[in-house]
Amino acid sequence: MIRIANGQGFWGDSIDAPAEQVRKGPIDYLTLDYLAEVTMSILQKQMSRDPQAGYARDFVEMIDGLLPELVRRGVRVVANAGGLNPLGCREAVLASANRQGLDVRVAAVTGDDILGRLDGMDLHNLDTGAPLSEIRGRIRSANAYLGAFPIKEALGRGAQIVITGRCADAALALGPMIHEFRWGATDWDLLAAGIVGGHAIECGAQVTGGNCQMDWETIPDLAGIGYPILEMEADGSMVVTKHTGTGGRVSVASVTEQLLYEIGNPRAYLTPDCGADFTSVRLRQEGPDRVSIRGARGAPATDSYKVSISYSYGYKATGWVAYAWPDAYRKAQAGDRILRERLERLGLQFEAVHSEYLGAGACHGIAAAEPLQELAAQLPEVVLRFGVRAQERQPVERFAKEIAPLVLNGPPAVTGLGSGRPKVEEVIAYWPTLIPKSEVKAEVVL
Amino acid sequence: MKRVRLIEVAHARSGDKGNACNIGVIARKPEYYPVLVEQVTAERVKEHFTGICFGQVRRYELPNLNSLNFVLEECLDGGGTVSLRADPQGKTYSTALLRMEIDID
Repeated sequence: MIRIANGQGFWGDSIDAPAEQVRKGPIDYLTLDYLAEVTMSILQKQMSRDPQAGYARDFVEMIDGLLPELVRRGVRVVANAGGLNPLGCREAVLASANRQGLDVRVAAVTGDDILGRLDGMDLHNLDTGAPLSEIRGRIRSANAYLGAFPIKEALGRGAQIVITGRCADAALALGPMIHEFRWGATDWDLLAAGIVGGHAIECGAQVTGGNCQMDWETIPDLAGIGYPILEMEADGSMVVTKHTGTGGRVSVASVTEQLLYEIGNPRAYLTPDCGADFTSVRLRQEGPDRVSIRGARGAPATDSYKVSISYSYGYKATGWVAYAWPDAYRKAQAGDRILRERLERLGLQFEAVHSEYLGAGACHGIAAAEPLQELAAQLPEVVLRFGVRAQERQPVERFAKEIAPLVLNGPPAVTGLGSGRPKVEEVIAYWPTLIPKSEVKAEVVL
Repeated sequence: MKRVRLIEVAHARSGDKGNACNIGVIARKPEYYPVLVEQVTAERVKEHFTGICFGQVRRYELPNLNSLNFVLEECLDGGGTVSLRADPQGKTYSTALLRMEIDID
């Protein structure tokens, strides 16, 4: 049995969790997931300003403090912190090790970055079928989601820390399993079990009681929530748990919620290494904070990798003001009408103008309309949140100067301009596609 | 027969994939699962999300987990980085769906 811990569900997650996973009990591997589509766009912006950047700097800071303990305890780390620059991230970690006089083997997995090789490739959008030529001049990055076998290779060659760029989230956990248990590339059921386990822990505390709807008010000590640990067996059975004495709760309900998170067809959850059938697994509460997962069935991998291409889409800005009782909702609606009329009188063109009323149905839209009608007159305040999006920067810049005047020019009892004018942001969008695996060559740099 | 909101018999979690959102709905007790299968259809979910979801709604059954998974296409104003919404990733669509009313014995 090996213990695989997750200490980061996304970039921006708890900065203490990785250290607590290492210190509060025995683990063999620490996996850290830093990349989401949103993250890739942030890294892309950073790298366009500084070619040395483009990876998760938080990871390097965290490793810098934790390295002596990782070495002493023999815990191995697998992280997709490399982002768009895994080699730069590896250099930064090696520099930290050198400064501390520690001899640590650090590997980087490269090959996911296919930006330089797009010309001549006949790629089509996975959702819309549109050809790549539609966005060709605006592309910023292009990365294939690699699988677990390059991670396994890095571990097999003795790396204690493995830094990847883009790879399937669950591959971070599957790599160590393939390495430890010597699973083969066509052991579909075992690989699928690894993917199910990896999926269970890849979002950190979202499987140990965080964001859990079942009995949420009774889940203990969310301020000290324990991050997940997967106890994986060579036969593909596993237990999801957490360190003793930590907060949160591992239950069939919490694990089920996480297994269903961000999946499409549950019979065919496709990854670079196999397909996984989520309708085959059985969950059981084995004890307090221990849930077993058994019975995962797999299917052969496809011959393509998923690729995420990011491109410059345009600009957007969003601002808000808060209206207080009485008539808060009607005032917010009036503020919305005034803003829209101002934009029209200014002759500004937008691809989208969006307003919503926080505190009065913004999240649930029409589904919340009925209770809102009863509540509207009594609401103590309503926040008008107003945003625009356009291909060009200029109209968005002009819009950003229109919200503040509402405080003096519009309905009464209004506040919320402490943070100044809304910031104009560049919008980076994503274009998913598939490419033949033969076009991509993953490499381990050690 | 009693009319209740779905939240009384199910819990849920939602997340994003591009401009689509998925909502996993889990029966609080195994005996509620057939009720979900019968009443929480793709068509009803599509109607429930009028004005939010502009694409197809697909439903998948996971009897092993007493769960249904719904995929709502074109429901995030372009997706995580593009969207102007306060909830660009559809994280709160889980409980939006749990507002739906169903009939139980």
